[in-house]
Amino acid sequence: MNYLLRKLGFYAVAFWAALTLNFVIPRLLPGDPVDILLAKLSQRGAVVTPETRKAYATLLGGDTDASLPSQYVTYLANIFKGDLGTSISYFPAPVTEVIGASMPWTMALIGIATVIAALLGVLLGALVGWKPGTWLDSMVPATTLLAAVPYFWLSLVLVYVLSRVLNLFPAQGGYDVVLDPGWNTEFIGSALYYGFLPALTIVLASIGGWLLGMRNMMVSTLSEDYVLTARAKGLPARWVLRDYAARNAVLPSVAGFAISLAFVVSGSVVTEQVFSYPGIGSRLLAAVTNNDYALMQGVFLFITLAVLGANLVVDLLYGLIDPRTRAR
Amino acid sequence: MTDTQSVPAAGATGAPAPAPAPRPAPAWRALLPTMTPWLATGLTLVLGICLFGLVGPLLVGDPDAIRDVGLQPPSGELWLGTTQTGQDVLAQLAHATRGSLQIGFLVGVLATVLSAFFGIYGAYVGGAADEAFSLLTNVFLVIPGLPLVIVISGFVPRESRGLWTIAVVLALTSWAASARVLRAQTLSVRNREYVAASKLAGERSWRVIVVEILPNLLPVLASQFVFAVIAAVLGEAGLSFLGLGASGSATLGTMLFYAQNGFALPLGAWWWFAPPGLLIALLGTGLSLVNFSIDEIVNPKLKNVRLHRRRTRTAARAARKEHR
Repeated sequence: MNYLLRKLGFYAVAFWAALTLNFVIPRLLPGDPVDILLAKLSQRGAVVTPETRKAYATLLGGDTDASLPSQYVTYLANIFKGDLGTSISYFPAPVTEVIGASMPWTMALIGIATVIAALLGVLLGALVGWKPGTWLDSMVPATTLLAAVPYFWLSLVLVYVLSRVLNLFPAQGGYDVVLDPGWNTEFIGSALYYGFLPALTIVLASIGGWLLGMRNMMVSTLSEDYVLTARAKGLPARWVLRDYAARNAVLPSVAGFAISLAFVVSGSVVTEQVFSYPGIGSRLLAAVTNNDYALMQGVFLFITLAVLGANLVVDLLYGLIDPRTRAR
Repeated sequence: MTDTQSVPAAGATGAPAPAPAPRPAPAWRALLPTMTPWLATGLTLVLGICLFGLVGPLLVGDPDAIRDVGLQPPSGELWLGTTQTGQDVLAQLAHATRGSLQIGFLVGVLATVLSAFFGIYGAYVGGAADEAFSLLTNVFLVIPGLPLVIVISGFVPRESRGLWTIAVVLALTSWAASARVLRAQTLSVRNREYVAASKLAGERSWRVIVVEILPNLLPVLASQFVFAVIAAVLGEAGLSFLGLGASGSATLGTMLFYAQNGFALPLGAWWWFAPPGLLIALLGTGLSLVNFSIDEIVNPKLKNVRLHRRRTRTAARAARKEHR
């Protein structure tokens, strides 16, 4: 219970920090986002009233009437009401609506790809670490290379080879545009088909980290006394591998999930751009190029919220599989 | 694979020489990594790419010179072909490598300094400062870095987005993981007797940190620096690829940005987009391989595992030979 409270407290602080960063960044940096935004807004045919101006000033700074602390309070209140302003690149849709439409795509893509990469990487890492010094060790430099490849470059190469030369997969988009989005087999099949290349990119680029981490832990776990004991008892090698070595070696990989996820999220933002995937990464970049500051901040907040949520879930799972963390 | 691993290493590891009464290796030797094939590969890659970035730009022609032969595949005259506007890809690659190395090094130094401050100082002082620093570190660790960098770059107007701005932003978002590692190491060094003795002798805290603690952390710092350089080169490439990098800079990321926007992919100009990414990947691989060797200094257990494995292999081979 204490562990749960501590974790919840930490993630609450982390989310508050992200909210505050979001508040501080536009106020600290040069440029006048509110004027740029309002100019664009009136170009789209919106009526800019003093109220609109005030609403954006609370979000982005430049409000001269209110003091900074009171701006901060209004900003937090607006966020908790779910009011993130109006997007200009998707005018007149509110920011929350744009995010709501693109978030499921990214969550499905990153979620599925990360789970596959983690499972495969840990499994392969356990096998490679189990027999150090054999040919399997030659996978280490190969995976080091994979881990150092930039995500977006890997997707360029995959598109070139699998889509342009071999013509196996579509190079762009998230689904066949003739279909209407909906929960039917045809559409889901098309989404899976279009999502294969982006997912393959993420799996290939992130599997190296999992594999290397697991392998190194496996190698040092194998020199532990309890593994020697298990072997001396004459247990089948498979049991020793699964129940004695791998079980303990996997803990740091799970504990390091936060770092891995941060890398994957960063990488997939750029990957989505290459594939014009209808996810949140493309929205973020479209927002940046269109000076759509409200959408930019909203997307950043939602990405952070999703990452924090995933980390919280993994942390709670970690508390379950490693009793030592709860005892502290 | 097993052979390539053991044979060249045998000469360099300082294995007991046949000479009578070998002198014990000097103490500083323990701070240098053992030469293994992996380290040799890594160093070759890193030094080769650094040399290419330093000397290459002097040897190649003007990277921006436009020719009337656009999108030429590699040939004897232009080794890596030309871009859409007929610029020499090899010349661009040399200049871009220099740019990427420059920003990688800059960010590496900045991020290491930041992580050293938050990791070492916090752990040394302890108490509330440590709690606060470690909370800050953990918060920065879970907030996704690249989206934050993108948001910051989005707010900075294009004309004021210089090399230093990008370097500082990248450093600010990438120091946290190293700080956590350094904190853990400092906590274990802090409570040793010689540190306590130095404190009792009335040394000021900066002197205790710099003279007593820091030398023990040098290998960790080195490995974190190498990691920071890899992360910086990758991060900068991603940012520049999105067109959000430092304005007027030429890095491997901007090369990929121009390749993507010049339709290198639909036109099938692989020689335009493949080399920059491959260079990034090779640089990253080289640095990681160097880091494996530094890790052996940080954690001597790893070295013992490797030496033990080699002994087992040699024994197994000898047994096989006898058997025949």
